[in-house]
Amino acid sequence: MDESLRPALVEFLLRHGDDRLVLGHRLAEWCGHGPALEEDIALANIALDVTGQANLLLALAGRTEGMGRDQDALAYFRDERDFRNAQLVELPKGDFGFTIVRQFLFDAYDVPFLEALQGSAHEELAGIAAKAYKEARYHLRHSAEWVVMLGDGTAESHERTQRALDELWRFTHELFEVDAVDRALIAAGIAPDVSALAPAWRARVAQVVERATLTLPGDGFRARGGRRGLHTEHLGIMLAEMQIVARSHPGASW
Amino acid sequence: MSTSTASAERREQGADWPLWEVFVQEEQGAPHEHAGSVHAVDREHALQNARDVYGRRGGISLWVVPTAQITASTPEDMGPFFDPGNDKPYRHPQFYRVPRGVRGV
Repeated sequence: MDESLRPALVEFLLRHGDDRLVLGHRLAEWCGHGPALEEDIALANIALDVTGQANLLLALAGRTEGMGRDQDALAYFRDERDFRNAQLVELPKGDFGFTIVRQFLFDAYDVPFLEALQGSAHEELAGIAAKAYKEARYHLRHSAEWVVMLGDGTAESHERTQRALDELWRFTHELFEVDAVDRALIAAGIAPDVSALAPAWRARVAQVVERATLTLPGDGFRARGGRRGLHTEHLGIMLAEMQIVARSHPGASW
Repeated sequence: MSTSTASAERREQGADWPLWEVFVQEEQGAPHEHAGSVHAVDREHALQNARDVYGRRGGISLWVVPTAQITASTPEDMGPFFDPGNDKPYRHPQFYRVPRGVRGV
């Protein structure tokens, strides 16, 4: 790999590793609180899948950076402003409908993203993408089915699901933004052009939204900044909870 | 707001999700074996729940069957159903002696 691409690759790995780490934590908050035993297990399984993906991506980020930081150092000893996840994944879990709609919007992006990333010129990254792609396809099947069940369910589930969709919509655009970091890696064949995935994402989302008898929100304000370390007020609180044990007992093992 | 017939069916089932029996095939050629049961609103949901509860540690194929569709024998059936076999030893392969020289049995 071209040595000058190293900082961009680290940044890219942090962005996509942090997406999964933060989303995994939000999903894990459902553990023991799912609406049914089966769904509790399903959400925990998905949390484990995406946290496992974060583990691989952050480990690679640490090795690429070459400053001696491993995935644990990156997960537990960085502050809010150093996190590069999209704001979509850091929003509090809300009710079950909110969690499901957020997961669906992310999964519908993640499947084509990982599919494209399998073709990366970076061999290890392509391998991680291939493993994650299989998991993401199942996640999408699960979340899409739930969006339809909730949207096309009772009057209350329909209303809550629509509200979640309306609230989350402005956070989806950030997933498809491309900046100088991406452009350098796209040119080197290491990263896919996520902006090119947006039309297919939108079509897929629209299809499920229609089946769910919901209404696609209009494009208004676009939340952005997560990729540059600018976050909502929710991430800091989440990180405090996620990081306190590792920071109180550094190097502890069991 | 329009609703599909599928969702109308779901609502008729009420708040309680019906029970489904789950069968897992561990490897090619092996039988699907009963693994347990899950609650779910419809067959796709049942398949996903079965995958999450029973299929995540292996297996190559899953079946889900509505528990209500299974007809089972009762403990009272035990005598008439199974006893006759026990006093007719020739119904068991062990009754027959394999002649010397027979291979591949």
